[in-house]
Amino acid sequence: MSKPIDARRRRLILGLGAGAGSLLLGGCERISSDPDTQRVLGSAQWLTRAAQRALVSRDALAPQYSLSDIAPVFRANGTTDPNNPVYQGYARNQFRDWRLQVDGLVENPKEFSLDALRALRAHTQITRHDCVEGWSCIGQWTGAQLRDVLAIVLPRPQARYAMFFCADPMDGGSNYYESIDLRTAAHPQTLLAYALNGETLPVAYGAPLRLRLGRQLGYKMAKYVMHIQLVDSYRSFGGGQGGYWEDQGYAWYAGI
Amino acid sequence: MQRDKHAPLSGGGRKRILILRHSRSVRVMHWVNVLTLGIMLMSGLQIFNAHPSLYWGKSSDFSHRLLHMEAVEGAHGHTEGVTRVGGHTFVTTGLFGWSRGSDGTYTERGFPVWATLPGSTWLAMGRLWHLFFAWILVLNGAAYLLIGILSGHLRRDLLPTGADLRSLGHTFVEHVRLRFPKGDEARRYNGIQKLSYLFIVFIVGPLMVLTGLTMSPTMDAGFPWLLDVFDGRQSARTIHFLGAMCLLAFVLVHLVMVIVSGLRNNLRSMITGRYAIEVEQVVAKGAEHE
Repeated sequence: MSKPIDARRRRLILGLGAGAGSLLLGGCERISSDPDTQRVLGSAQWLTRAAQRALVSRDALAPQYSLSDIAPVFRANGTTDPNNPVYQGYARNQFRDWRLQVDGLVENPKEFSLDALRALRAHTQITRHDCVEGWSCIGQWTGAQLRDVLAIVLPRPQARYAMFFCADPMDGGSNYYESIDLRTAAHPQTLLAYALNGETLPVAYGAPLRLRLGRQLGYKMAKYVMHIQLVDSYRSFGGGQGGYWEDQGYAWYAGI
Repeated sequence: MQRDKHAPLSGGGRKRILILRHSRSVRVMHWVNVLTLGIMLMSGLQIFNAHPSLYWGKSSDFSHRLLHMEAVEGAHGHTEGVTRVGGHTFVTTGLFGWSRGSDGTYTERGFPVWATLPGSTWLAMGRLWHLFFAWILVLNGAAYLLIGILSGHLRRDLLPTGADLRSLGHTFVEHVRLRFPKGDEARRYNGIQKLSYLFIVFIVGPLMVLTGLTMSPTMDAGFPWLLDVFDGRQSARTIHFLGAMCLLAFVLVHLVMVIVSGLRNNLRSMITGRYAIEVEQVVAKGAEHE
């Protein structure tokens, strides 16, 4: 009763099955290493971002927690003591000589001392920090809203991203860096934080200044921020993916 | 499940006929599911391996872990893989905590190389696989529900009848004895099958999607009730893991059942749609002339 069409179909189906099997068992590593695979799989982040933008309003706040939720030991991750003589010089002097440089596509490039940032309206929030590895810690962060800083330097209309250049040297020789879009930069919970749990930000957590985002994963929240530059594209920096971990294959959009 | 294709294969008082068991759409979605679920499970374990611990509540209390896999210095200076669950510690060298990496040397990792995608420790890639195929899985699931409702497949084939529920005990005993219906009863799913499929489709599936979304910090901002429902992000992560284990158990039992209840017949029915059952030889005249 087996017609030729069935035999052909059977061969096709067996072939597909064998292909899927070898994909799963043998070729995983090779397939994962293929840049095209990475590009295709990575493109899902833009769908995810579009979906989350459609579902979650621009200013929706990340949940705030109570004092009793604060982690007794907040895990310090990534660099905890930058191996950088210039940075260590600032640290020895309690960052009195440290300046945050803000420039790029702005009308009014400016340098801010730590005192100048502290003089801006301070915001304190108890929020959760979600590491891409899977753990979460709750802490109380105090800092200036990035949007207040941007209101001083006046972004030009072409500006689309804020780049954060940091003091901590990473594997490969260059320093940590990150980028966020201006929508995220304008969010009320996007802070340039200088205090954790009521204390001056310790070195292990990114002293004197780190980025805090309410709605993305920890690797976006650059520590040891030295320089903020507004740009129209992050492609010409580092490996071109918008951040140190992004250059290692992590998604630029870290809202999930 | 209703169209019959007669194929008189056996003589005697009973004959084998081929019935259409699975519609084309169900077959396609089933195989998409096989690939997608495999990728989701293995890439999920890769992601788990980046921090092979589970917690309950809003955040990670590193001194109170529900589950923890790690490598420790054991007796005689040997490194051992251990898995701690609640207050108990199990030595799981070679499987959890301490196993051969992709280069063959032992390394500290939660799940072993053969269980994760990619095999080597590579969180970035695990996330790319997981968060791409999550979309495929959700789209496939949505298509399944839509087609299942519109075609009547869910109501007709998966909704248990009163008789199904009354005979659950009997069906269970028959399953344990590895005795499966071959005649007219085999045209339908039995009560245990129906309930397990419904449990996966309507309980575990949605639970996996919702706990997955609860781990997203942006979703938590837009839908804070997710955190209330699951008692926090870390609880959601734990439930997501348990749900994955539940799906794995379902797949394993499903595979065993597929094999013991007739591998060829089952595979053919999920590939071509046609499933052989045995029916009493009909003596009515019309049947002979087909």
